[in-house]
Amino acid sequence: MAKKESTFISMVLTLFMVTFIASAALGYLYEVTKGPIAESKLAKQNNAIMQVIPEFDNEPGKEVYKMDVDGGTLEFFPAKKNGELVGTAVSTFTNNGFSGNIKIMVGFLPDGTIHNISVLEHKETPGLGDKMKKNKSDWSVQFNGKNPTNFKLKVTKDGGDVDAITASTISSRAFCDAVDRAYKAYMEGGKK
Amino acid sequence: MSQWKNFSKGFFKENAVFVLFLGLCPTLGVTTSAINGLGMGLATTFVLVMSNLVISIVKSQIPDKVRIPSFIVIIASFVTMVELVMQAYVPALFDQLGLFIPLIVVNCIVLGRAEAFASKNTVISSIIDGFGMGLGFAMALTILGGVREILGSGSIFGFKFIQGDGMLVFVLAPGAFIALGYLIVLVNKINKKTA
Repeated sequence: MAKKESTFISMVLTLFMVTFIASAALGYLYEVTKGPIAESKLAKQNNAIMQVIPEFDNEPGKEVYKMDVDGGTLEFFPAKKNGELVGTAVSTFTNNGFSGNIKIMVGFLPDGTIHNISVLEHKETPGLGDKMKKNKSDWSVQFNGKNPTNFKLKVTKDGGDVDAITASTISSRAFCDAVDRAYKAYMEGGKK
Repeated sequence: MSQWKNFSKGFFKENAVFVLFLGLCPTLGVTTSAINGLGMGLATTFVLVMSNLVISIVKSQIPDKVRIPSFIVIIASFVTMVELVMQAYVPALFDQLGLFIPLIVVNCIVLGRAEAFASKNTVISSIIDGFGMGLGFAMALTILGGVREILGSGSIFGFKFIQGDGMLVFVLAPGAFIALGYLIVLVNKINKKTA
């Protein structure tokens, strides 16, 4: 077949056809994958919630409520067993990470005691700052079972009670900042 | 050129990473582990094969002056498809590669093959070319990722064989350049011998 000539009409028509077919195909695929994508996101969230609070029998993802703090949004997932609050998972953040934002999920018992923490997103240095993740080191276990009323959420260098990760004081500070933000918001009316 | 030669050129003679030095941005960015390299390589292979196929079919219908925008739209559509499918069915891999998947669009190999090969050759040769170049790219990324993972984290495909961390520099950005440099030396040596 001979090459089409580049006239104004043929160029406009070709580009229109190409973009039309491409967007139709993508629109269809978007509809198909919408369900599974939402599901996998929900599963990830539920996983993180399950890790940080005691056993529950409601669906915290459905009872979520939000609070705006320090230019960001904290999300609270209340976990209940037989209708009684057993803990709240708080999705919190910090902007002070060594390389950008860190998002973590902190589980509080109703009296404000930290039950467990899991890292959702971070861009910290591999081998150094990423030790905050449970699968890299046991560093974040030191928060478990501590109540911030008598456990200062600051690294020891700044006069607090948290042992920083070796060579990653900035990441450790940021981590404490995120936990502290969640705790303050939780105590100041985040508890429902 | 025989079809076998057409297929195999992507692995050594015209390997996108080691010989042509195309697509280095994803190469250096994602290869912190062998599995990341493999995932990125296979995603790129899919895009290459599909865009080569479609472009070689429609090539005679596309006027010369608008061929680049048309090719880019076709390529971008396939990249978005990969992104959506990956997000839906392999979320774990998407978490690792997510940032780099949209970058396949601007990967010079894909447009390069479309322009240099698919727009001039038959459908069959274009598909074979796409497979060859894509798998060659995947191979290069897997090797580079493997080397960096072994030296940097002391593991391969996620299986740890030493205690502790290994040489961290190889997991960080400078390690990508160092490892790639030595691999290029090696490939050049092999290519010189066989040439």
